[in-house]
Amino acid sequence: MSKKSFREAITEAMRLEMARDPRVIFMGEDIVGGHGGSANNPGASGGIMGATGSLFQQFGAARVIDTPISETAIMGMAAGAALTGLRPIAELMFADFLGVCFDQIYNQAAKFRYMFGGQAKTPLVIRTMTGAGVASAAQHSQALWPIFTHIPGLKVVLPSTPYDAQGLLIQAIRDDDPVIFMEHKALYNDLGEVPDEAYTIPFGEANLVREGKDVTVVAFGRMVHFAAQVADQLRGEIGIDLIDPRTTSPLDTDTILDSVEATGRLVVVDEANPLCSLASEVISVVASEAFDALKAAPRKVTAPHTPVPAAPILENLYIPSPAAIERAVRAVMA
Amino acid sequence: MPLGHDDLLRAYRILKTIREFEMRVSKEYEAGTIPGFTHLYLGQEAVAAGFCMHLTDDDSISSTHRGHGHCIAKGCDVRRMMLEIYCKRDGTCHGKGGSMHIAELWRGMLGANGIVGAGVPLALGAALSAKTRGTDRVAVAFGGDGSTNQGGVFESMNMAVVLKLPLIFAVENNGYGEHTGIAYHLGAPSIASRAAGFGMPASEADGADFFAVYEAAGAAIARARAGGGPMTVVCDAPRWRGHFEGDAQAYRDPNEIRHIREHRDCVKRFRERVLGDGTLTAAELDAIDAEVLRLIEESVVAAKAAPQPRPEDLTSDVYVSY
Repeated sequence: MSKKSFREAITEAMRLEMARDPRVIFMGEDIVGGHGGSANNPGASGGIMGATGSLFQQFGAARVIDTPISETAIMGMAAGAALTGLRPIAELMFADFLGVCFDQIYNQAAKFRYMFGGQAKTPLVIRTMTGAGVASAAQHSQALWPIFTHIPGLKVVLPSTPYDAQGLLIQAIRDDDPVIFMEHKALYNDLGEVPDEAYTIPFGEANLVREGKDVTVVAFGRMVHFAAQVADQLRGEIGIDLIDPRTTSPLDTDTILDSVEATGRLVVVDEANPLCSLASEVISVVASEAFDALKAAPRKVTAPHTPVPAAPILENLYIPSPAAIERAVRAVMA
Repeated sequence: MPLGHDDLLRAYRILKTIREFEMRVSKEYEAGTIPGFTHLYLGQEAVAAGFCMHLTDDDSISSTHRGHGHCIAKGCDVRRMMLEIYCKRDGTCHGKGGSMHIAELWRGMLGANGIVGAGVPLALGAALSAKTRGTDRVAVAFGGDGSTNQGGVFESMNMAVVLKLPLIFAVENNGYGEHTGIAYHLGAPSIASRAAGFGMPASEADGADFFAVYEAAGAAIARARAGGGPMTVVCDAPRWRGHFEGDAQAYRDPNEIRHIREHRDCVKRFRERVLGDGTLTAAELDAIDAEVLRLIEESVVAAKAAPQPRPEDLTSDVYVSY
């Protein structure tokens, strides 16, 4: 074990898998950086989060491939490479750029297996940065996992800790289906204990972050930390069973239902917009399958149905806060 | 690469199989026995044949909504293709793809594609695979004139040049993007000039002449195999039918269709040439005609009688594991 940041854990997962399997390649915009610049210094930036320059030094230009700003070609190239025997990791710099390349993801990669009658394997990982919190406004801040989660054929991963990031990314790279791996930009500097060797975390297995008998709180991504803060504050007063599903597709509904059967109360916390969201989905599952266990109407704590504002004072209102989570917990207890 | 006797027989068999397959699909579609909608390759047979004669199963192609011809030329199983067009359980894609999604991945046929231009980035990926593995394999991205207005095609052209990938853009200019003529939809003076603007060589061939396509494709493919990078080959290939079967084609002068059928029939031209120069005999060609007609007849009869997908097939093969 060693202390690593979320950023380092992601780099380490790629390094371990690229060293283990020559079929793993990595491509994206500026993941190396510096090609063609006046300093003649390839590797100069190593990704806009500085996570990947060392991979270029270690594995070279044949496997760490800098691309022009051409998201459709990147996603299609990765999908085509996956169809023909490689195991590409493609970086979509910001999840918001989904809009310029969605066809290659949802009409192509996601559908190969079904549409071609089971002949295809598409071992493709799309790593993408997501989430609000750094005043980067409406086109660089969105929480778009509900859109990916809606598409059959895609798996969607939402790590909240360095440990989960490394284990889930290795699982994603070894997985034979297309995986959308969503990295919250506010988590990159978070530190945590991470094993030095390769390990995997299965998809569809939630993490029970806190145990409590009064309220089930299901939180996604960065919201896990806000909810944990509330659970710790309320310890002794209200017991919170805090569940981090870790993947939204597949979604571990068993763990959620077991918890609600025990607590009878549910709060779902999601940074995404509220319509057709994971918050809606979790409440729908619980209402359908554990209605008799409920002692109070479930609550959702989400962003409002607006784009993400630039002004920090507004962005802070946009992002679900620990105070809003606490209010919802107290409301279901009332 | 000179064409030997067996090559010529193989080329004719491909041309004739595509022709008869599509004629029969057209007839059956009109009779209402085929579900969904379908786009036929009639008139363009020489393009698929001229390219795929240079390819092996290790090379990849991506295709279009008008994909039956590419599948046949790449060697896909004709009987299973017909089953797929009838959406039957034993079809190429177990009835879940239909006419627009026929694929045989082990044969390097990466799928027909329902989205115009979307197969091109996939072929780019196959070319990346070939280069990353250090092989001399190539990928061919088939697309129509309409697809050359799609952003993903532009991106792929630039990316292929930047990464120097063994990819050939095989553009089939049939004069129409769906119902809109190229005189309207193409902003550049020609497709070849546009491709050249991306920094790659581009050549042009008469897409109704198998031998012209074969030569142009051969040069581009040999260049890519040798590490020379991407190239575009534009083939003028007449579309005999509408955008889809049932298209009334009010946007076309009937004389245009009559003219191309009479004067730009690639199967007829192939036959005339090989008989004229004595490289094949009428008996050899007639024997292939008979075999092909029998194959198509058997395929249709079998497809009509074949079992439907089972209800449980609805939810299978979404994921490898979930």
